[in-house]
Amino acid sequence: MNTLLGVLARDLKLAIRQIGDATTVLVFFTIAVALFPFGLGPDPVLLKKIAPGILWVTALLAALLSLDRLFEADHADGTLEQLALSPAPLEAIVAVKALAHWLTTGLPLALMAPLLGILLGLTGEGSLELVLSLLIGTPTISLIGAVGAAVTLGARRSGVLVALLILPLTIPVLIFGVGAVDAAITALDVAPHLAFLGALLAGSLALTPWASAAALRLALR
Amino acid sequence: MNAFFDMGGYAAFVWPSYAVTAVGLVFLIATTLLRQRRARTTLARLEAERDAAGLGHGQR
Amino acid sequence: MSTNVFHRYANPTKFIGLASAIIPFAWGLTILLGGYGLYLGLFNSPADYQQGETVRIMYVHVPAAWMALGCYTTMAIASAIAIIWKHAVADLIAEETAVIGATFTVLCLVTGSLWGQPMWGTWWVWDARLTSMLVLLFLYLGFMALKNAFDDPQRGTQAARLIALVGWINVPIIKYSVEWWNTLHQPAAVARLDGPTIHPDMLTPLLLMGGAYMTLFTALLLVRVRSHIMERRARSIALALAEARGAGPDEDPAGLRDGATP
Repeated sequence: MNTLLGVLARDLKLAIRQIGDATTVLVFFTIAVALFPFGLGPDPVLLKKIAPGILWVTALLAALLSLDRLFEADHADGTLEQLALSPAPLEAIVAVKALAHWLTTGLPLALMAPLLGILLGLTGEGSLELVLSLLIGTPTISLIGAVGAAVTLGARRSGVLVALLILPLTIPVLIFGVGAVDAAITALDVAPHLAFLGALLAGSLALTPWASAAALRLALR
Repeated sequence: MNAFFDMGGYAAFVWPSYAVTAVGLVFLIATTLLRQRRARTTLARLEAERDAAGLGHGQR
Repeated sequence: MSTNVFHRYANPTKFIGLASAIIPFAWGLTILLGGYGLYLGLFNSPADYQQGETVRIMYVHVPAAWMALGCYTTMAIASAIAIIWKHAVADLIAEETAVIGATFTVLCLVTGSLWGQPMWGTWWVWDARLTSMLVLLFLYLGFMALKNAFDDPQRGTQAARLIALVGWINVPIIKYSVEWWNTLHQPAAVARLDGPTIHPDMLTPLLLMGGAYMTLFTALLLVRVRSHIMERRARSIALALAEARGAGPDEDPAGLRDGATP
């Protein structure tokens, strides 16, 4: 348990020390969202209609940007090997590292999304659901992303590769995340969407740490 | 016979479907068989070289 | 050292024996089933009362879709066997199945698009089935890209095994959510490729073509895996030959070779 708390504290401390990395993700999120009106025209009706999709897709891509630092630095300086030898199971360590990743990317993205929603005319109904769906959905992305980051550790062009491997797997999260916001805007029931997001989170929490840990063991061998 | 090739006016969709499938599968079959032939000849050549060099199964 | 090498290939040798016995039958069945299926499908089956003659696209489209899914399952099972039993041939089966499966997926997408144009009026509709196939193609591409992304091929093989299993668990989830998303956004009934009820006169050629695709896959897979094993053997013999020549007593009497080249 102490090992796990230590890993979490260390990862968060590193994130704070390299606060630039975390802010880059948010800056990317802002700029990418701000590009859409230039591409689509400033029509407020259109922008409001596609705002949930834009915000969710962009948040997904932003979260993807930071995956490479999940294991790479620890692998390079040998920390990962020490963690693998520690008494705590590697599966739990991976889950904790995914949690640290979420705290430094998914959580800020979720909190920032309604502000960017204002730029696209998404105010009032839908804003709360946007935050909620991102809060439940982005941890799944961090967990699936951990598998991608672990499996490509040491690969050539690992950044592009992670995107190729991970993006198809995140489609269900995207569908139900956008669905929740759309449902709120059209005054439909939001609960089933959030329930599905929760189910996806529970499922990936149960399964992905094993895959990530197995991939890390391959990289360490 | 013309009615057959015409496919009820949908010839432009039916025949390309079969053509694309044929091209894809023939390509797959051809590359598979060519690779097999190359692998066979290379292996046969090397095995002959190995035997000529006296590196039989149990000798090394 | 040599006994070790040949022990490692004992299993593949057995596989080659089995494969060589099956391959002629697989080719023969492919020709029989495919020939009869094509004859029935093109000449001796009715046009659909709604879709007209375009329904004949079904005989090359639907089997491709079946094989696209079937190949992914084969790939995932082979990867699981490779992980659990460290079966040497299972990795080769997974690798070669990926290439064949990706080809079937592309064929399914292209023929689906050609079928969609007269039915829907556009080349592409985000229909649940076509969309799932597109995602499946991405999964195949990811597997193949990961496999080739490492300098050490062994490492690529091991990483790809994992991603095949992760993808496999995700396939039903993706398929379900895509279907759900599709009904949400397209309440108007779009003509589904391969309708819910199918005339028995169409079912026979469809099943024959499905059988032909399956035996074709079997033949292709076995030939490719057999070639792969032969390529590996050739490589190990080439290595042994190079080693014997390089370190042979005649070429290197003073034993300087170790230090001569870094």
